[in-house]
Amino acid sequence: MSIRLENINYIYSPDNAFRKHALKDINLEIREGEFVGIIGHTGSGKSTLMQLFNGLLRPASGHLYYDKSDIFEEHYNLKILREKVGLVFQYPEHQLFETTVLKDVCFGPKNQGLDEQSCIEKASEALRLVGLKEKYWEKSPFELSGGQKRRAAIAGVLAMQPEVLILDEPTAGLDPRGKNDILEQIKKLHQELKITIILVSHSMEDVAKYANRLIVMNQGRIYFDDVPKGIFKRYQELEAIGLAAPSVTYIMDRLRKKGFAVSADAMTVDEAKEEILKFLGKDK
Amino acid sequence: MGIIKSKDLEFEYINHSEDGEIESVNKAIAGVNIDIEKGDFIVILGHNGSGKSTLAKQMNAILQPTRGSLWVNGINTKDEENLLSIRRMAGMVFQNPDNQIIGSIVEEDVGFGPENIGVATDDIWKRVEESLSAVKMLDYRSHSPNKLSGGQKQRVAIAGVMAMKPDCIVLDEPTAMLDPNGRKDVIRTITELNKAAGVTIILITHYMEEAISADRIFVMDDGKIVMEGMPREIFTQVEKLRTLRLEVPQVTELAYELRQAGVAISDGILTIDELVDELCQLG
Repeated sequence: MSIRLENINYIYSPDNAFRKHALKDINLEIREGEFVGIIGHTGSGKSTLMQLFNGLLRPASGHLYYDKSDIFEEHYNLKILREKVGLVFQYPEHQLFETTVLKDVCFGPKNQGLDEQSCIEKASEALRLVGLKEKYWEKSPFELSGGQKRRAAIAGVLAMQPEVLILDEPTAGLDPRGKNDILEQIKKLHQELKITIILVSHSMEDVAKYANRLIVMNQGRIYFDDVPKGIFKRYQELEAIGLAAPSVTYIMDRLRKKGFAVSADAMTVDEAKEEILKFLGKDK
Repeated sequence: MGIIKSKDLEFEYINHSEDGEIESVNKAIAGVNIDIEKGDFIVILGHNGSGKSTLAKQMNAILQPTRGSLWVNGINTKDEENLLSIRRMAGMVFQNPDNQIIGSIVEEDVGFGPENIGVATDDIWKRVEESLSAVKMLDYRSHSPNKLSGGQKQRVAIAGVMAMKPDCIVLDEPTAMLDPNGRKDVIRTITELNKAAGVTIILITHYMEEAISADRIFVMDDGKIVMEGMPREIFTQVEKLRTLRLEVPQVTELAYELRQAGVAISDGILTIDELVDELCQLG
């Protein structure tokens, strides 16, 4: 599996006054097994980019290759692509519609033409993967809590057994525990099922903790593309484009300025703790 | 009596079946007693489903108590005749900016509220200008709202509430959908309104960082207020917050972890400055 974008341009309303050049000359390759975070301020092109990945939007120019085939070629089967590249939109629970959770998750496999038994098998597997207990399966999706609804919605995409899972702010509006639970589940999907993950997020703390590569979007272009540590080191440049680094980065930076010999690389609480303890000579 | 006061407040969501019988009752608020002073900056924390939003909706009488009472500026929200004046005194801002902007131009949107309550035209324009400059959006007055960023839209929504000259603004997760800069702008804006204009702020949020400068924090669980106090008092209770599905700001968490590992720093550190100062004393 690989997704390769070559000189992609995308323009909204090209023929009228609302014309907006949303993506400009994007060149990018996402490789199998990566956990990619995409960050950028509102309107930087993140959502447009993610809708290109499974062919929901068609670029004005450029090519997008999935496993070396150009997905915008005339005879390319986009339906199959969309099974392989699953997209979880913002607030996916707004798309729940069936009478029971299980039926809702069956909707995808049913559309793939599977018989009822296989649908239920796939749906059950997906629901287990997102950690939604069996006692909820026969409930109406609308009786679930916010975090549970969101898991059900993610299960709906997982039931199609995608190779790539793209999630647009999957934790917006969830309480801290609900947020951590969902992110841990996503991490598990990545590690155990080897699903390639693309996570669009406004939370620098989250992408710092989970992603192994970060793509920073700004005004329709790729501004940075590097490992998280490489990117957060340049927090001043990030701030200039409306972003920030995780709080921990600022703490380490301040400590260094005060003469602490700690690494500026630490991005998470755990890393910072170790660095500070090491400096204070409290590590074992 | 404070600007918002409740006594034994309870609220139930009642589900009816198709033939009108009561199917289930969900007690979203189960006995809340609060007293919020005018001019306070209050933050309400709590996990999803703990009753925060239901409580917020009581504060401008979108919902009315099942049992007990809530008063806004001394007026009981059960008093149907006073609904309009309550809503004028306590304005609300919601999570999704796209659901609360209706005007096709920023200044029209802000003027919608005062126009609706029959404010004289000259006065409407004055209020629109004042409100937009209070949220630093005056330069965008003739722009179309859908061209604005999320943070800018939220500030326009706040201006729309300010144009009603409220005593109190209730914000239900106003930053949940915003990028870091948008979040900062919105928090800065409401902090300024609180300090400069003396508007009482009630902010519901899942971002613990946004709570550290509050005057008081309420933590909700299961329809009740289970913790109440100043940020430092609340955020020193790391373990208790975790059992309530919450967390502490990253700085506080790091300080807590260091303390656990035997580093001699104070309890309840809230800001980067405090942590750096304390560590410097040691290093």
